[in-house]
Amino acid sequence: MIPLPARRRTELGLIILAVILTGGLYALAGFGKAGSLPANIGPFLGTLFALLIAAHIALRRLAPLADPILLPVAGLLNGIGYVFIARLSAHEARLQAIWTAVGIAAFVATLLIVRRARDLERYRYMFAAGGIGMLLLPLVPGIGEDINGARLWIHVGTLNFQPGEIAKLALAVFFASVLAERSDLLSQGTKRVGRFLVLDPRYLAPIVTAWALSLVIFLAENDLGSSFLFFALFIGMLWVATGRALYLGVGAALFGGGAVLALKAIGHAQTRVQAWLDPWVHAETTGYQIIQGWFAIANGGLFGLGPGQSGAASIPEASTDMIFAVMAEELGLLGVSAILIGFLLMVGSGLRIAVRCERPFEKLLAAGLSLILGVQTFVIVAGVTRLIPLTGITLPFVSYGGSSLLANYILLALLLRLSHGAESEAVTIAVPQEHLVVGRAE
Amino acid sequence: MNRQIRGLGLGISILFIALFVQLNYLQVVHKTKLASNPLNRATVINSYTLPRGNIISADGVTLATSVPTKDQFKYLREYPTGSLFEEVTGYYSYIYGSDGAEAYYNGVLSGKSSTFKLPTSLSGLKNLLTNTNNTQSITLTVLDKLQKAAQAGLAGRDGSVVALNPKTGAILAMYSNPTFDPNGLVSHNPTAVQAAYKAITATPGGPLASPAYRQIFFPGSSFKIVTASAVYDHDPTLASTPQPVLTYLKLPDTTTQLHNFAGSSCGGQILALFTVSCDTGFAKIGLDLGAQNLYDEAYAFGFDQTPPIDLPFPVKSNFPTVSSFAGNLPTVAYSAIGQENVEASPLEMALVGAAIANGGKIMKPHILGSITDSQNKVVSTYKPAVWLQATSASTASKVTTLMESVVSSPDGTGVAARIPGIQVAAKTGTAQTGTHHTDDWFVAFAPANNPQIVVSVVIPNQGDLVSDQGGTLAAPIAKTLIEDYLSTGAAEGSPGGSTSTSSTTNQAAG
Repeated sequence: MIPLPARRRTELGLIILAVILTGGLYALAGFGKAGSLPANIGPFLGTLFALLIAAHIALRRLAPLADPILLPVAGLLNGIGYVFIARLSAHEARLQAIWTAVGIAAFVATLLIVRRARDLERYRYMFAAGGIGMLLLPLVPGIGEDINGARLWIHVGTLNFQPGEIAKLALAVFFASVLAERSDLLSQGTKRVGRFLVLDPRYLAPIVTAWALSLVIFLAENDLGSSFLFFALFIGMLWVATGRALYLGVGAALFGGGAVLALKAIGHAQTRVQAWLDPWVHAETTGYQIIQGWFAIANGGLFGLGPGQSGAASIPEASTDMIFAVMAEELGLLGVSAILIGFLLMVGSGLRIAVRCERPFEKLLAAGLSLILGVQTFVIVAGVTRLIPLTGITLPFVSYGGSSLLANYILLALLLRLSHGAESEAVTIAVPQEHLVVGRAE
Repeated sequence: MNRQIRGLGLGISILFIALFVQLNYLQVVHKTKLASNPLNRATVINSYTLPRGNIISADGVTLATSVPTKDQFKYLREYPTGSLFEEVTGYYSYIYGSDGAEAYYNGVLSGKSSTFKLPTSLSGLKNLLTNTNNTQSITLTVLDKLQKAAQAGLAGRDGSVVALNPKTGAILAMYSNPTFDPNGLVSHNPTAVQAAYKAITATPGGPLASPAYRQIFFPGSSFKIVTASAVYDHDPTLASTPQPVLTYLKLPDTTTQLHNFAGSSCGGQILALFTVSCDTGFAKIGLDLGAQNLYDEAYAFGFDQTPPIDLPFPVKSNFPTVSSFAGNLPTVAYSAIGQENVEASPLEMALVGAAIANGGKIMKPHILGSITDSQNKVVSTYKPAVWLQATSASTASKVTTLMESVVSSPDGTGVAARIPGIQVAAKTGTAQTGTHHTDDWFVAFAPANNPQIVVSVVIPNQGDLVSDQGGTLAAPIAKTLIEDYLSTGAAEGSPGGSTSTSSTTNQAAG
């Protein structure tokens, strides 16, 4: 157990390192693209540092025992993301900077409001209703909006927002609370029918409900990525809660079956899958994006072309869905490997928090939030590299997108809250034992 | 539950390992295949979207430059002089690659080969981190003025003109017909480029083949410069041995007769033979010298060797090997007068002339004058170097006397190249390439006592045996180039030649 000040000191050191790394990258990108230092490098680094320090101070006050790695890594990824967005579009970079500030504010607010993670359990149905509501919100006529064939967006006035990003957090809370309570039942809910052991339909109900919901997202909103993310989140948490591998099998079968059925019905998803299976045939149409991404990634090679030195303009959606391809071209295999390791570090820290938590709800929530981070990163990077069909979800903390940044900073705050809770309980339990040992020695 | 959480960690790690494997596959294993994919315009376009240095003639005319555009390539390569300098500059096409100076000096023009220096200032560091500012321009030794004279002299006929400074090896002019406008190959419209390429390759004579340094022709009597040098170097007594006056020579081991051009008869000592270009006399001298001596002399003058010119793929000129003459003595006689299997590029014959003009030394032929950086500061200047010691200074001086006689003697074959007040030294060549067709040559330098310029002209495959000879067709072109060059102050003032290059560079910079 690292004593209190040391954890936050480590965090402060890592934050400074993250800002220095981001600053170096921004300077190099500026030289590479325009041959001069970016005009706003001073204000940008100052703002980034101030925002991360604000989050750091909030942690000192509100969750001093929380994990010291998560915030600096998130800040670094956010900074690197900004550099690449600024390199592609100055307008989007300005918005991204504003959304980063909003994200940090939400981070602090989350720490302030949620003083104990288990308090969230009480509002589980509110989270369920809110989560499902937000998921379905884009379908409401008038405020929902199709972008690139998928109906993921709502717009209020001039503001566009992707409510699915927030919904995934609400649903993680809901799943965690339900599963924590019912895990024993769910792990035993089988009936013998003849010679076969089958799931009791009563306990099968939640899984079918989740499946139906993900299918609705898929069918109505044309969004394979989010659909997969929600379903994977549910099945993953179900498995963590019950330890029954059968759920993984059933989940995979249901999702596979649903996807095949849905594919027959949806044009947008069909073209995505076609582009995935054989992009070369559709090189100038549906496969264009993925092939341009491949060319860019391959062009980067081992060391990359250097920040700011690629063409980049030829890839559609370069700042959001395809930002990883631009990074792969300019930073090379070594650079993007480091970024992926950053994500792995965050997921690993999250899962360690889950292990250290005492209560099932907290364990499940921490595991679920880590799972979101890991699966979302995998889905978009695997999509860009054509391991799986490309879907329009963001690379956490890196891609351009306000709702995504906001949601991920809230996710981060929840994980850190859970971490602080786990560590402070470990401390309170550890102290009497120490006394006990000392007493014996006497 | 902890077991499952660890399982989750393992599962996500496996997913990430799949990502690492796929990235390795794309960025390392599959990289070259994707880069060479024809659909991958990005990498092709990338290498053509960078700025590129200019190519400038020694007299300050811009031969190639990059103009900013608004399309995906960002820069359009332009050749303001059109077809005039095509053989020297070549082209830089995103479909058909590059040629000429554009290819040979690609590293310099694109800035990739600019010498690495540790940055000592902020702007130095800036240049290191960007690929925008280190393109370099090249100033060539070729003169716009002489290039135009060569084009006008050929007057649309197929043929090549090469002029160089014998003291430095600097190419002063290099022009061939047929030629083409390189602007057609560098346009950003692929269909237009393909159409232009098709038209160029369909033109008879193969303009892409750059005849001046990539094609070889029978040198005919112009090769007698080498044969005469071989006499002084290997068997000087032959120079004073009078040859009988003949209209034809009976060749050994055969009934074949070697006839003089147009049935004339000639004979005497070497000066008389050289002046009127006596075939029977030189054939006899060749037989007396023998294959080995002739081969050694030709090799010393650069035959069977690749000229070290700074242009892509220069051709080797050909003199048959000694063993190929064994048991076939008549061919020695033909080779001595530049027929049979002797073939030379226009560049090589200019170098033969340069060897005589420069006291026996052949300087490395080159088109590069100097390299300037993006701030027009001279980064490096070409330093002339010796390529071959072809012959001795005394032989060179004796052969110069022979070549002066070709122009100054009333019965010389090169009287058409006489210039009042300037002694021109020259040799004509009218090589028979088949029935009633000749390759017409003229190799000349001037002034004979302090040579500043060597000119080699070939007009191949001419049909009229009376009017189309080296002395009538090719000589006037060489004469014009010599006159034009010697009338410029720069040429007379500086025998070294390299200083004139740098002074014109400064003019271009200003």
